[in-house]
Amino acid sequence: MSLLAVNNLKVQFTTHDGVVTAVDDLTFSLSEGETLGIVGESGSGKSQMAFSLMGLLAKNGKVSGSAEFEGQNILNLPASALNKIRAEKIAMIFQDPMTCLNPYMKIGKQLMEVLILHKNMTKQEAKAESIRLLDAVKIPEAKKRFDMYPHEFSGGMRQRVMIAMALLCSPKLLIADEPTTALDVTVQAQIITLLQELKKEFNTAIIMITHDLGVVAGLCDKVMVMYAGRTMEYGSVQDVFHKPTHPYTKGLLASIPDLEFDQAELQTIPGNPPNLLSLPKGCPFQERCQYAVELCRAEKPALTTFNQYQQRACHLTEEAVA
Amino acid sequence: MLKLIMRRLVIAVPTLLILIAISFFLMHSAPGSPFTSERALPAEVLANIEAKYHLNEPVWKQFFIYLGNLLQGDLGPSFKYKDYTVNELLAQAFPVSAKLGIASFIVALVFGVTFGVVAAIRQNTWIDYTSMTVAMTGVVIPNFVLAPLMVLVFAIMYRWLPAGGWNDGQFKYMILPVIAMATHYIAAIARITRGSMIEVLNSNYIRTARAKGLPGSYIIFRHALRPTLLPVVSYLGPAFVGIITGSVVIETIFNIGGVGQLFVNGALNRDYSMVMGLTILIGVLTISFNAIVDILYGLIDPKIRYA
Repeated sequence: MSLLAVNNLKVQFTTHDGVVTAVDDLTFSLSEGETLGIVGESGSGKSQMAFSLMGLLAKNGKVSGSAEFEGQNILNLPASALNKIRAEKIAMIFQDPMTCLNPYMKIGKQLMEVLILHKNMTKQEAKAESIRLLDAVKIPEAKKRFDMYPHEFSGGMRQRVMIAMALLCSPKLLIADEPTTALDVTVQAQIITLLQELKKEFNTAIIMITHDLGVVAGLCDKVMVMYAGRTMEYGSVQDVFHKPTHPYTKGLLASIPDLEFDQAELQTIPGNPPNLLSLPKGCPFQERCQYAVELCRAEKPALTTFNQYQQRACHLTEEAVA
Repeated sequence: MLKLIMRRLVIAVPTLLILIAISFFLMHSAPGSPFTSERALPAEVLANIEAKYHLNEPVWKQFFIYLGNLLQGDLGPSFKYKDYTVNELLAQAFPVSAKLGIASFIVALVFGVTFGVVAAIRQNTWIDYTSMTVAMTGVVIPNFVLAPLMVLVFAIMYRWLPAGGWNDGQFKYMILPVIAMATHYIAAIARITRGSMIEVLNSNYIRTARAKGLPGSYIIFRHALRPTLLPVVSYLGPAFVGIITGSVVIETIFNIGGVGQLFVNGALNRDYSMVMGLTILIGVLTISFNAIVDILYGLIDPKIRYA
């Protein structure tokens, strides 16, 4: 049985301008210790998907479908049941480590409270365990750092603290929402390496939300390519990256700059993602797709499953895209 | 921390000196004197009185005489209340105003913060709308309307509470004036708290706290309350001085012998020494409470460090 089985996940927001469907009909699954990468442009619904699993959607957000974690549907749980799952079973780290730690509280206290509340540890036990994890995420002088405030840490160090905090209760699943986006490149590499090591050490399944296809290639087993809240393509990293079957995936892969060839210009996908409030009829990607045919403008392509679990949403055949 | 307090004290001296000088010269440069009344005094009598109060000296000399006395803690004799010194009058009136003020301040703080927090947690529900409507009403109804109304209802119609007087600050004498004083501040504090709390609750670190599976009340009290109070604290400094000294209307309506009455009479009678005494009192209070606010800021927000 898979650790997490998500079926027809849908997230909608009621706004003044109408209902926005941020996440539309996602289906995927994750086994223990497995890493799923979710890629897509800004606004493609990646983060909202993650928030919906954690029950962290804004008040005007609504989630439907199902997400079974160890057999229990975790969507729309009451607060008390949700708080048993958060941190203990599923933990999350966020995009902007500069603002995600409470600036008015010492790091140590922010770590300890998780263990005291979830594991009924005493202060001493919680402190020892917190320091152990700060060590595990390679924060130098963890004992001294324990009594410091977030503003005394650099961005990369704060993200390490966030990771340590997420791993306190040894959760089965870690959702990492663009954990390296706000960090500079060298620090990004350190954080990714750290996640790679921790993944082995703690055998934690990870949902890795990112813009960075390199991160997916280096860290993930499976990948889901999202566009306008929908799955464009889903499969193993091997399959998707080596034999992309969707024009959007191809476009994304083509836009990775290649250091070996001296390209004069960056390859891009022309145009912008559509406004979720007024999605075009048919395929959401059609306006930017070089393969688009009449059918793409008329009809929304269905998400089809092939090779057991791979998914793609495109009217064209795999051969036509390849 | 001690260093900060010391530095504040050192800075306070020139600030106060400037305040005293400006007030003193402004007041003396205005035409007329405490003894120019409708019925002109005989010239000899006036000269005598002026000599007694050093009013015959040049203004700069008067200023230094005043400063000299002030250094010895002497605020001078009152020009209006002939047999009293300003020190005596303030010693009598200030504790009354302070007691009324501190009580009102505590009531305003406790209720203001509570209403604000509750409204923020229940944002856009009937609880929020009700408390904010009440708060708005509290802000717009002036206390000179509210106080007589309360007297009318609770003292005259139902006779539950005394209509006025102080009676050494006995509890039932304090209820109406405290409510009348605090209402405006409860409302103001509630609105500031609500706005601040809503902002804090939408911040990323509160999302982190929720993702950590912490219970809602724990998040409110341990994570959100402290940052919420920052803007409230900066409002409290000036508000506290205003509450203690600005109770002219309330003290008059309830016939309470506090600083407020001295204010009115001092200004009307050009009671030089009384006006100066009150100016210094307010100056000292304002400087102290601004310093206290700064210290509280440092205690609440670790990023603010006073070296």
